[in-house]
Amino acid sequence: MSAHVKTLPGKGTFPRGIHPDEAKELSAGAAIEVLPPPARVEVPLQQHIGAPATVAVKPRDPVTMGSVLGTASGFVSAPVHSPLAGKVAKLGVTTLPNGRHLPVVAVAAEGEQLAGRELWDDIFGGDWPLDRAEAFTPEQIVAAVRDGGLVGQGGAAFPTHVKLARNEAKPVDTVLVNGCECEPYLTADDRVMREAPAPIIAGALLAARAAGARQVVIGVEDNKPEALAALRGATGASGVVVQAVKTKYPQGGERQLVLSALGRIVPTGGLPLDVGVVVINVATAAAIARAVLRGKPLTHRVLTVTGPGIARPANVLVPIGVSYQEVIAHCGGLRPEAVRVVSGGPMMGLAIGDLATPITKGTSGILVLTEKEVRKAEETACVRCGRCAESCPLQLVPTRLALASRHRDWTVARRYHIQACVECGCCSFVCPAAIPLTQLIRMGKAMLPKE
Amino acid sequence: MAAEPQSQPAPLAGVHVAPGPHVQDVSFTTRRMMADVLIGLAPVMVAALAVFGWYAVLQVGICICSCLAAEYLFHSRLRGKPATLGDLSAVVTGAILGLSLPWSAPWYVGVIGSFAAIGFGKVIFGGLGMNLFNPAMVGRAFVMISFSVVLGAGAYVSADVPGVLSQATPLTAGKMTATVTELWPLFVGNVNGSLGETSAIACLLGGLWILVRRAGTWDVPLAVVGTVALLAAAAQLGGIHPSLTVLHHLLGGSLLFGALFIATDPVTSPLTWKGRLIFGVFIGVFIMVIRLFSGYPEGVMFAVLLANATVPLINRWTVPTPLGGPVPVKK
Repeated sequence: MSAHVKTLPGKGTFPRGIHPDEAKELSAGAAIEVLPPPARVEVPLQQHIGAPATVAVKPRDPVTMGSVLGTASGFVSAPVHSPLAGKVAKLGVTTLPNGRHLPVVAVAAEGEQLAGRELWDDIFGGDWPLDRAEAFTPEQIVAAVRDGGLVGQGGAAFPTHVKLARNEAKPVDTVLVNGCECEPYLTADDRVMREAPAPIIAGALLAARAAGARQVVIGVEDNKPEALAALRGATGASGVVVQAVKTKYPQGGERQLVLSALGRIVPTGGLPLDVGVVVINVATAAAIARAVLRGKPLTHRVLTVTGPGIARPANVLVPIGVSYQEVIAHCGGLRPEAVRVVSGGPMMGLAIGDLATPITKGTSGILVLTEKEVRKAEETACVRCGRCAESCPLQLVPTRLALASRHRDWTVARRYHIQACVECGCCSFVCPAAIPLTQLIRMGKAMLPKE
Repeated sequence: MAAEPQSQPAPLAGVHVAPGPHVQDVSFTTRRMMADVLIGLAPVMVAALAVFGWYAVLQVGICICSCLAAEYLFHSRLRGKPATLGDLSAVVTGAILGLSLPWSAPWYVGVIGSFAAIGFGKVIFGGLGMNLFNPAMVGRAFVMISFSVVLGAGAYVSADVPGVLSQATPLTAGKMTATVTELWPLFVGNVNGSLGETSAIACLLGGLWILVRRAGTWDVPLAVVGTVALLAAAAQLGGIHPSLTVLHHLLGGSLLFGALFIATDPVTSPLTWKGRLIFGVFIGVFIMVIRLFSGYPEGVMFAVLLANATVPLINRWTVPTPLGGPVPVKK
């Protein structure tokens, strides 16, 4: 970490994109609250991309906070841990917002629980030394991250240790920590950056040590001045660069952030790794510090509960596996005008119909919308105005892709590069004819016949 | 592993699910885009009123009413589709068709032109967004060929009416009799011509509104005007019709009206800015070829229709490459 980079080659922004109403003021001012320990959690065995975990407990087994409930079943997999002290209640099945039926391990709380301020201190509090990275070998860091069950907390939930493991063919020079939180409404990452900048910096330095990166950059949208100041105040002599980037959706998409901050273009079908970058979310960075420095697994996360349809918007530290219902109840419940409950943000989040579903490691927020905000489906004909193409951060022509998908015309869909779409939602947002472009393209990608 | 979920979903009154994105920009709709075109046409209408008086109102009124009737008849009655009159696209077609006709055209020309515009120009292709050719120009071409006497260059001139209406249109004058029209009347619009084309300043004002509101894109007008200016300069240097200077070509005829209001129709222009530049250059070249080498004094209508026919080809040439390069072919 000797190279102290003063200026970055990126321009701080990326071409196209959109400026939706940020609506962050609903919850940005609310300090992170700690959810009182629930009586019961249901921890899904697969909360990540990759193979599901293998169940490691039997009903009535006693567990403590941090006990392994399921072990990783391969390289691209992650273990899951109990966020409560108590007993394994039963092994069941749940349906996550993405529609997958998954086995869950239910844990019933018993005895004393870590709660309130103590829980906060255990996860984010205390001292986070920035000079300990050299004390660990890269292998030790990767092992601690893997055993801690860390997955990306920005939404995609890719197992973190896979990103950090060194790959001889693709050397990494930069760890890019993603603090953009470009989805409207969401403020959980913003609050973590403001209230716990130290573990983010410590975790980023450990990630750089593991991946062999010589620079650490934290990219934060410039609509979060407090978060930028808090991070800059916590970098010390570590050489970590805190970079403000333009507030624009989808700035937090890794392809966009790598371009904005570093001026590098991730190839289509490739990963940031192909241009020497590992991108991790700020909350994931903090979890890395906790896993490596304190040996604690990922059992809790901060999420935003917000939207005009919730009684009391808040940012809440919750145990993984608690139901949406309980978190919503903690925030005063749904207002009568609530018409949609979304897991995540309004652009890429998934609507949920069953509030008994458990929160997972990748749940960044619970957004409750009313009739006023939700997309109206009064579709009219495409007049080829080209606004979708002007908004597409990947330089695609969404109207062609969507209509080709609707008509199952895979030749045209391929000619216009349908596989390059990341489903960010910009095109659907801007379309004056209210055509569900992203939705149709998503369907087309799923139905596209193999070549 | 996967079995039925054990807990039945708790029914949530009034809460529904739908695929994201869950929010949408409602400030700009197709209807609003059409309304912006109509607002942009307002100064042109005012100029037409000043030059041609009630002939302008009558002609445009006939065309708008006929287009709405045709849209209702062909789209809603014959094809049984939901009514689309509210999207204002038929009003735009009618207004542009009306403004592209000479003041002297008999009433049935507007009616027949409107029915051809909506019927052959739009509904036959499947309605709004599906048409290959600009509907108003299809309608105008139809009546131009059907009634060549009442729409030819001679039809604009009437000895019975005093003022500019007794003079030949500027391009005809320049081409046939080598008469040089003064530039100032050409700029403000105090000349003879089709209803909407005479005033350059009105076209520029209205066009500016369209561009600012992004109801049309800047690239097409830029390419059309740029190409015509270049070719007109070449023609002037080459001594072809020397009484028509570059400014005559730019301000005279329906060049500005066509470049700003007709060629910018998004439905019948290419999808990307690169494609639209090529499209604009095509229109500019076609206009100048017709103006300089054909029997017609003006060629905007045929130029737009010809360029419309090349749009699918242009779209093929200009498929944009994704930001990270083409999708890799799996080995």
